[in-house]
Amino acid sequence: MADYDQELDARGLNCPLPILRARKALKDMPGGQVLRIMATDPGSVKDFQAFANQTGNELLSSSEEGGEFHFLLRKKAS
Amino acid sequence: MSDKRIAIIATKGTLDWAYPPFILASTAAALGYEVGVFFTFYGLQLLKKKLSLKVSPLGNPGMPMPLGMDKWFPVLGTAVPGMETMMTRMMKSKIKAKGVASVEDLRHLCLEAEVKLIGCQMTIDLFDIHREELIDEIELGGAATFLDFASEADITLFV
Repeated sequence: MADYDQELDARGLNCPLPILRARKALKDMPGGQVLRIMATDPGSVKDFQAFANQTGNELLSSSEEGGEFHFLLRKKAS
Repeated sequence: MSDKRIAIIATKGTLDWAYPPFILASTAAALGYEVGVFFTFYGLQLLKKKLSLKVSPLGNPGMPMPLGMDKWFPVLGTAVPGMETMMTRMMKSKIKAKGVASVEDLRHLCLEAEVKLIGCQMTIDLFDIHREELIDEIELGGAATFLDFASEADITLFV
């Protein structure tokens, strides 16, 4: 499964670091590209939804697998 | 320039109370807000170059303590010398173990995200704080400076 352009490992990090790291990663990506984020913070599920709402970057998917949370974010076309 | 703005006042100078303003400011910046934080009274401790923030169990019945001490330990015991140092050390190790950022890191992330940090000039005079004790990246101002910034804010918080 390689339907993303970049990957961010935010496992072991707690609020608000996964969001801040994601923001930083997206900043260096061209619009339309997809960032995959792995996290272990359960709060990140709602937080990435809120991040998408606030920034206009699209949350393509949000899933849990064995205590890990995976997100796909598509960067807003600039 | 962002079309959303948040203005925060930080008035507390302890390790635990350092978190809300820096977490909210850095996150708001990541969410696309223009962010300004006004540090006044004890909040100015958060702008010192060398942070030596502590947390105290004294007068803080909500603070979880080791070995169930918060249940049976006499309130007076929280005033014992050395207790503050011990609790501060314990909280810092917990912060590290749980993957929570340090205050230094969060402050650095705020600066990186161009969060505007404003130190209260009156407090500096009141407590005889030297400008050199504070990080360079701040500006100094007074109540009117904050209100001018906050007058255009979508969110305003007092911490």
